[in-house]
Amino acid sequence: MDVTKNRPSIIVEHVQKTFLLRHAHSFKEAFISKIKKKKISSSFQALKDIDFTVNEGESVAILGYNGSGKSTLLKLISGVLEPDKGRILTRGRVAGLIEVGAGFHPDLSGRENVYLNAAILGMSKREIDERFDDIVAFSEIEEFIDSEVKHYSSGMFLRLAFSVAIHVELDILLVDEILSVGDAPFREKCRKKIRELVDEGKTMVVVSHDTGTVRDLCDRGIVIRKGEMVFDGPVEEAITALKGK
Amino acid sequence: MTATEPVDLTGFSVPGRGNGLFDVFRRRYLLRLLVRKGVSTRYRNSALGWGWSYVKPLTQYFIYYFVMGIVLGRNRGIDNFAVYLLAGIIMVNLFNEAFSNATKSIVDNKALVKKIYLPREMFPIAAVIVAFVHFLPQVAVLVVVSALTGWTPSLLELGAILFGALIVVLLASGLGLIFGAVNVSFRDAQNLVEIIRLFATWASPVLYSYVSIAAVMPDWLTRIYMMNPLTSAIELFHYGFWFSTSDGSLQPPPHLLQYSLIGLVIALVVTAIGQLVFRRFERRFAQDL
Ligand SMILES: Nc1ncnc2c1ncn2[C@@H]1O[C@H](COP(=O)(O)OP(=O)(O)O)[C@@H](O)[C@H]1O
Ligand SMILES: [Mg+2]
Repeated sequence: MDVTKNRPSIIVEHVQKTFLLRHAHSFKEAFISKIKKKKISSSFQALKDIDFTVNEGESVAILGYNGSGKSTLLKLISGVLEPDKGRILTRGRVAGLIEVGAGFHPDLSGRENVYLNAAILGMSKREIDERFDDIVAFSEIEEFIDSEVKHYSSGMFLRLAFSVAIHVELDILLVDEILSVGDAPFREKCRKKIRELVDEGKTMVVVSHDTGTVRDLCDRGIVIRKGEMVFDGPVEEAITALKGK
Repeated sequence: MTATEPVDLTGFSVPGRGNGLFDVFRRRYLLRLLVRKGVSTRYRNSALGWGWSYVKPLTQYFIYYFVMGIVLGRNRGIDNFAVYLLAGIIMVNLFNEAFSNATKSIVDNKALVKKIYLPREMFPIAAVIVAFVHFLPQVAVLVVVSALTGWTPSLLELGAILFGALIVVLLASGLGLIFGAVNVSFRDAQNLVEIIRLFATWASPVLYSYVSIAAVMPDWLTRIYMMNPLTSAIELFHYGFWFSTSDGSLQPPPHLLQYSLIGLVIALVVTAIGQLVFRRFERRFAQDL
């Protein structure tokens, strides 16, 4: 392997994330709890001492059962959440296929939404202009691009949203369960597209329940159980480790 | 793989740590799209569209004109009261709109805030700009009405108008950042906003003149009243749009320039505090929403 490829892209150092579950959502409730000496919050530790490094060009799967903290980890890497302890460092542009379509507005047309969401994901006007045709072509909804998104079927909506997200200029791609939505042919198309990005040497962190997808896309697997990292190694062994215990 | 060999950290950054308001202006294109979205989707589903948003201020204007001006005789000593009132109301409406839009902006955009990292100051700032866009047609009406009553602006007057608008926009942005952030955890913060809005309308010279308030308040209180950034902004607007159309019997308040500069400084300080408060609360947005 050449030297530059060995430089890390993502460094996760002893990261801990605790959620404070607040029971008071207004000044009034907080005040009443204070008077009655009730606790206004309880805490839940979602991630404990997570520590790993992803090198440039590596493709890593995060495996674990529901509620084990996989999405939380991706949100920490994308910057949506901040760790309570430890630190995270990234190098290059991070893009997340975490929940596509979050910035879509039903009253705007498909075209307007493409521009708005691509800008939300960090693209400049010039970049969007350049890629607009590719985005629309990939989504296969050319004839509806100027109608309002509220008239789209959920399948059409997902295609467009996914297509925007996948065309963002990026160095690191975070993928959360996204390959389990949409119809089968489109899902396959998305997987191919992500595969292309892997082959181009993009750094990738993938969360998926589908072991087939994980085997196809990733070389390395990290298993998280109830917020603790229990395995880090070759993807095949990670899958066994997940199912084994 | 977890062995800690020292790595070269150049080029690395901490995700989710931006430069606050500076990032908003670095990402102007996104800001522009968010403003455009705010302008075009608001009222889209109501029959009159944007028209509706002017029905309320217009009604308010005529009620105030009738009750304050004619019934209570507040127009005595204020020549061309129609323009005087209009200039003040438009300014206060700008403040009220911008402030309450900004306060709601984070909660309104929770789908985005929870899922994608972007400089969150973007939302309150976009909300203030949308309010400013809403304000421009009202200014156009004011220009027409003033012109009909003999308004021929000089550079000084135009400067006063811009200065006044700047103070209001800054003040609303700062307060909007503070309350927008607090509103995420304490949803009843909006009640406080209502109270501040009420104060904005009544504790500034919109419906009466500064002379009548100075007549009933002790000196020190008048001085505080004059230091309210909204007071100087509204007096700047009066100076810009109304004074030259009046008979000159009500002069601009003494030391208006000094008070305006104080108002500007206060608005800037509020904006800086807003940024600090916002940053403190921001870390919890994604999990609290
Ligand atoms: N914003 C939040 N506030 C409180 N608890 C949360 C929040 N987000 C996630 N959690 C909790 O953290 C745990 C891990 O969640 P998540 O990362 O979504 O798991 P996974 O993606 O592996 O299914 C869950 O128990 C979930 O309830
Ligand atoms: Mg999940």
